[in-house]
Amino acid sequence: MMSTIADTAFSAASAPAKAGRACFHCGLPLPAKSYQVLVEGVARDTCCRGCQAVAQTIIDNGLASYYRHRSVLPQSQPASPRDMLDRLRLYDLPEIQRGFVHDADAAGQVKEAALLLDGITCAACVWLIEQRLARLEGVHEAAVNYATRRARVRWDGRRIALSEILRAVAALGYGAQPYDSARSDDALKRERRSMLWRLFVAGFGMMQVMMYAVPAYIADGDMTADLEQLMRIASLVLTLPVVTWAAAPFYAGAWRELKARRVGMDVPVALGIIAAFAASVYATVRGDGPVYFDSVAMFVFLLLGARYLEMSARARAAQAQERLVRLTPAVAERLDTFPGSARREEVPVAVLRPGDYVAIRPGAAIPADGTVVEGVSSVDESLLTGESRAVPKRAGDMLTGGAVNLNGPLTIRVERVGHDTVLAGIVRLMDRAQTEKPEIARLADRVARWFVGGLLVLAAVVAVVWYVIDPARAFWITIAVLVVSCPCALSLATPAALTAATGTLYRRGVLVTRGHALETLAAATHFVFDKTGTLTEGRMALIGVIPLTGEERERCLALAARLESRSEHPIGRAIVAAAPPEVHDGIAVCDVRNVPSQGLEGSVSGRRLRIGTPGFVAALHGRALPEELLFVSDEVTVVALGDERGWLALFTLGDPLRRRARLLVRELKALGKTVCLLSGDRAARVAHLAHELGIKTARGAATPQHKLEFVRALQQRGAVVAMIGDGVNDAPVLAQAQVSIALASGTRLAQTSADMVLMSERLDALLTAVRVARQTLRVIRQNLAWAVVYNAVALPLAVMGYVTPLAAGIGMSASSLAVVLNALRLLRSPEHESVANRSSIIALAFKKTNKNN
Amino acid sequence: MDILYLLIPLSVVLVFVIGTVFWWAVHSGQFDDLEGPAHRVVMDDDRPHE
Repeated sequence: MMSTIADTAFSAASAPAKAGRACFHCGLPLPAKSYQVLVEGVARDTCCRGCQAVAQTIIDNGLASYYRHRSVLPQSQPASPRDMLDRLRLYDLPEIQRGFVHDADAAGQVKEAALLLDGITCAACVWLIEQRLARLEGVHEAAVNYATRRARVRWDGRRIALSEILRAVAALGYGAQPYDSARSDDALKRERRSMLWRLFVAGFGMMQVMMYAVPAYIADGDMTADLEQLMRIASLVLTLPVVTWAAAPFYAGAWRELKARRVGMDVPVALGIIAAFAASVYATVRGDGPVYFDSVAMFVFLLLGARYLEMSARARAAQAQERLVRLTPAVAERLDTFPGSARREEVPVAVLRPGDYVAIRPGAAIPADGTVVEGVSSVDESLLTGESRAVPKRAGDMLTGGAVNLNGPLTIRVERVGHDTVLAGIVRLMDRAQTEKPEIARLADRVARWFVGGLLVLAAVVAVVWYVIDPARAFWITIAVLVVSCPCALSLATPAALTAATGTLYRRGVLVTRGHALETLAAATHFVFDKTGTLTEGRMALIGVIPLTGEERERCLALAARLESRSEHPIGRAIVAAAPPEVHDGIAVCDVRNVPSQGLEGSVSGRRLRIGTPGFVAALHGRALPEELLFVSDEVTVVALGDERGWLALFTLGDPLRRRARLLVRELKALGKTVCLLSGDRAARVAHLAHELGIKTARGAATPQHKLEFVRALQQRGAVVAMIGDGVNDAPVLAQAQVSIALASGTRLAQTSADMVLMSERLDALLTAVRVARQTLRVIRQNLAWAVVYNAVALPLAVMGYVTPLAAGIGMSASSLAVVLNALRLLRSPEHESVANRSSIIALAFKKTNKNN
Repeated sequence: MDILYLLIPLSVVLVFVIGTVFWWAVHSGQFDDLEGPAHRVVMDDDRPHE
C-alpha cells in the first residue's frame, strides 16, 4: 500500500520531464549513462553523481518521504565539489563567526546563527532540512522559515562545528550561507513589529472609543448624566494607551525637532494630541464640557497608518543593501610567495593586505581590487558597472573587487583593500548622495516650518488676548483654535497622498524609496536614460544565423550550441539559449579547448570544429573571410563556425531592445517630455539605438564625469531631470538628477541610491509612475487647497470664539477625513491603466500576426 | 438601561484582553511564517527517533 502511494507520487513528481526518462531527484532528462539509487526497494535513475549523492543522503537519513510530499522539483544543483566543502570549514574561524554567530547561553557554549538558504522550492524542502539538522549530534534546534527562506540554528559549540551543519545542508543539495541577522533584519523586524503594534492599538482604541462617542452625539441630552459620564470614563481609559503609547513616535519626533531648534510637523501634531487629550480629561474629571477622545484616537490612527505604509515601502529598499555586502566573498586563497608559490592557504578577506598574492578560480568572486599578474580570463563586472559583456583580462590589467572571474584561473596582486576599494567608494558616494536633500524638498520643509511656527504663535496670541477679554473662556477658545487648525489636514495632505500612490505603484511594480520622488517625477521635464542597458535587455541574444554552405540553419545552431554547451561566456550562453534543448542530445562532443577571447575548438562526431572570431576560425581552414561579413551591421557581434574544410555559418548576436522601450519613448514625448540617452558605450552603437527609438539627444562614449556635466548643464537651464539608470557607478549621476529611477534587473545595488526602482523590469511601469505621480501631485494640491480654505474659514471663527470645542473636533475630523478619502482615490484609479492595456493589446496583435506568418 | 453599567466596563475589559492576546500572538512569532506550518503537519517521519 505504502509503495503504491509512493509510486504514484514519485511518477507525478517526475511527470514534467517525460515520465520514466527523467532524473528521479531533479527531474531533468536522463543522459545515456545514469546513476542508480535504491529508494524503498525500487531502483531509481538519477542524472548525475550530484543528484545521486543528494538522493542517497536523503534516503540514508530516513527522509524518503520528502519525495512523496514535494510539490516542486528541486533546482538542479549538483552537490558541492570537495573544495567547496573544505571552504565551509573557514566558517569555524572565530574572526569570521564574529559577524553572524551569537552566544545563546551565558557560558558561550550554545551558539545561534541565521542561515540564508538557496534552492528551497516547496514546503517539503523545509521539512527535509529541518529533519536533517535536528538529527545532527549537538544541534539543539533548527527552524526553517518557508516564507523568508531562512533557517535559525542553535547548536552546542563543543559537540558540533558550524561547518558540519553547513555541510549537512550542502549534502542535501541546498546552498546555505550564514547571514548577519543582527545588523539589519532584526532591527527592521523589531521596528516593523512595534509600528504594527502601535497601529493596532490606535485602530482598536479608535473603534471602541467611537462606539462610546456615537451614542453621546445622537442622544443629545437624552442620556442620563451618570451614563454619559460612564461612557466618557470608558473612552478615557481606552484612549490612554493610544495617546501615551501608540502616539509615542510623534512625541519623540517633536522632541527631536525642538532639540534641533526647529518646528516641524511633529510639534503641532504632538501639541494637538496632548492638548485635546488633556482638555478632554479635564472635562471628564469636571464632568462638564466637550470631550474629543474619539477624534484624538482617530487622528493618531490615521497618522500612524500613513507612517506604517511609508515605512514598509522603505524597508523593501533596504534589503538591496544586504546584497551589496555579499558581493565580495568572505574568504580568499592567498599564496605565500609569487612567483613559484607552492603553498596556498584560505584566509578571511578581512586579513588581506596590499601586496598579497591571491589565486582566483573560475566562477569565484574577486575579493579586493588588484592587478592581474598571471593568467588569462574574462570577468563579469555587471554588478559593478552594469556592463553586461565579459571584460577580457590578462597580466597587467586592473581588477575590481566584487567582479566575478569567468573562465580561467587568475593570480592577482592585491592593491587596495577594505575601505579603499572601488566598491567601498561607490557605497560611500551612494551614502553621501542619500544625505543630500533636493532643493524642492528643502523648500517644502521651510514653508511648512514657517506655517507651523506661525500657527503656534497665533495660538499663544489668542490665549493671551482672550485671557484679557474673558479669562473663563480663554482656555477653551485656545483649545478650539489649536484643534480646529490642528494641522491634521495639512500634515495628512501630503503623506496620505504619497503613501496611497506608493501603495498603488508598488502593486504595479514600482518601488518608491524617497518621499520626494513622486513630487519631482511629476514635474520632470527631461528623461535621461543613463546607459543603453536601460533600454535594451542588457544581455546577449542570438539575432540571426547565416548558413554559409549547404548545412541547414538548425544543424549549424545545434553544432554551435553543442560546442558552447559548457561555456560560461555570454555569447556561448546566448547561443545555447537559442537552440532548442533536444538538439543537444545525439551529437557527441569531445576535446573542447577554450582559447580565451578567441573562441572554442572541439570535435563533434570526429569532425574538428571551431567557433569564435572569424580570424580564429579562418586559422583552422585557411580560407578567406566570407563576403557575408561585409553585409553585417557594425552594431552586432559576429561569431563564426567552421570546420577544417571551410566556413559553416555566421551567427549574429546583439543586445535586443527591452519590451515596450519604443512605446515608452513615444508616450514620454507625447506627454511633452524631452528624452535623452547618455551611454558609456561606443558612439556608433548609441547613435544607432537612439535613431531606432526616435531619441534626438544622444551621446555615446560618455564617462561618468561627462554625464554629470550634461545633467548639470540641463539643470542650469531650468530643466527638472529624471534619470533612469541601472548601475552602481552611475550613482553620482543618478544622485545629481532631481529624481533617479533604477531598473531592478541591472545592478541591485542601485536600488539603494535611486529614488524609485522599477522592480518588474517593465519599462511601461515608468509610464505608470509618471501618470500616478502627476495625479498624486494633483491630489496633493487639492488637499493643500482644501486645508488652506478650511483653515481660512475655521481659524477666524475659532479665534473670535464662535467655534465650540465640539464643533472644532468635528471640523477637524471631517477635514482630515476628506483629505484622506481624496488621497485614497489614488489607490484605485483606472486612469493610468490605459497605457498598459493598450500596449498589451498591441502586443497580442503582434503575436497573432507573427503566428499567421 | 441599567445593564449598560455592566456592559460598558465589561467591553473595556474585553478590549484589553483582546489586545493582550494579539500582543502575545505578534511577539511569539505566530505571524512569522504563515505557510510552513500548514505543510508541516502532514509530513511524518519514516524512522523512529532513537
